[in-house]
Amino acid sequence: MSGKPKLYYFNGRGKMESIRWLLAAAGVEFEEEFLETREQYEKLLQGGSLLFQQVPMVEIDGMRMVQTRAILSYIAAKYNLYGKDLKERALIDMYVGGTDDLMSFIMMFPFLLAEDKEKQRAFIVQKATGRYFPAYEKILKDHGQDFLVGNSFSWADVHLLEAILMVEEKKSDVLSGFPQLQAFKARISSIPTVKKFLEPGSQRKPVPDDKYVETVRRVLRMYYDLKAN
Amino acid sequence: MSGKPKLHYFNGRGRMEPIRWLLAAAGVEFEESFLEKKDDLTKLQKDGSLLFQQVPMVEIDGMKMVQTRAIANYIAMKYNLYGKDLKERALIDMYVEGIFDLNELFMYYEIQPADKKEQHFANMMDKATNRYFPAFEKVLKDHGQDFLVGNQLSRADVQLLDTILMAEEFKPDILAKFPLLQVNEWTNSNIPKIKKFLQPGSQKKPPTPGEDIPKVMAIFY
Repeated sequence: MSGKPKLYYFNGRGKMESIRWLLAAAGVEFEEEFLETREQYEKLLQGGSLLFQQVPMVEIDGMRMVQTRAILSYIAAKYNLYGKDLKERALIDMYVGGTDDLMSFIMMFPFLLAEDKEKQRAFIVQKATGRYFPAYEKILKDHGQDFLVGNSFSWADVHLLEAILMVEEKKSDVLSGFPQLQAFKARISSIPTVKKFLEPGSQRKPVPDDKYVETVRRVLRMYYDLKAN
Repeated sequence: MSGKPKLHYFNGRGRMEPIRWLLAAAGVEFEESFLEKKDDLTKLQKDGSLLFQQVPMVEIDGMKMVQTRAIANYIAMKYNLYGKDLKERALIDMYVEGIFDLNELFMYYEIQPADKKEQHFANMMDKATNRYFPAFEKVLKDHGQDFLVGNQLSRADVQLLDTILMAEEFKPDILAKFPLLQVNEWTNSNIPKIKKFLQPGSQKKPPTPGEDIPKVMAIFY
């Protein structure tokens, strides 16, 4: 047993990607076991590893943690990316809630019917530019600091960078009109641990493709299509 | 300004109910401002009170907090309902997130179109009795304690009770196969602050009647 956290998920982004980002930003090495077959998943189920029969699951510090938010909160607190007091935590939780909602619209994208994808892309861009990016732009403008909360690098910054990059994959110039966010993106991307994660060969996963969708559907027996927003 | 937290939402459960439960369990008095029509929401959006233009919003300790989890986390921490260390918090978070997922299913039942309602009902009952309740029954069985985490009341117990009571509204005998959850329900219902919240006249909200759903939806859409 290496002592490193071990991530159990598909070989793709999904709900595990935010966890990979946060561990990487914290400079924590981790291992991954990729679910490729139904049998692997059933083995995990039968072994009692999955509290609610779901992945993500992360083995960390002797625990088999499930539930993405629980895992992220634990990592953030453990590696001092959760602010210095209750009020800073409150701000981080609020900001992460927003980026979580934004990324959830993108996460469902690969599972939509082809004819719904264009509509969803427009929805994502509209919410990003009309609701979420303006909020974060204002936060950065109002305090003029480099980081979202407490003048110090936190989970909120990592999560926002992840969200920005994901939206840019849907519309590459989506940050035009948001100068603070452009500068923020450049700053956070150049933090050494983050920079390393952004380089080829890291454990960051690419945009989900048909193979990923097929694997998820097969392993989870999830054959229905999701509804667009 | 009274100093009491002030909750902004419509006069119903929705996403605000777990927050009402937590404040009540913590013995914290709170005020409520109810949205009744779209203009009420628009007004809050225009005056910059809503970070992402959404409710729930809770005015507390000089902040205008939004995002259900953020608000619930803050209240739980402040009033010592979040365990005593990082590991207890991890367990509480896992349990609470599972409960949250089940709650989402209950919350969305009422707004399902007529032709989808039966399937949704079957799915939520299946998840409650085959996924979530067995998990919590096992947690209680394995450590043999009265409370889910750390042998003391936490937000996990409070939110589990909220969910159990909602499940029982749909199916009164839903806990038939879960003796330890029955005990947990009874124990937690009798904690004085929670008992008070369960009595008529408290700020606990009833389910929104089907005929009122369109009026609620009109506030948001």
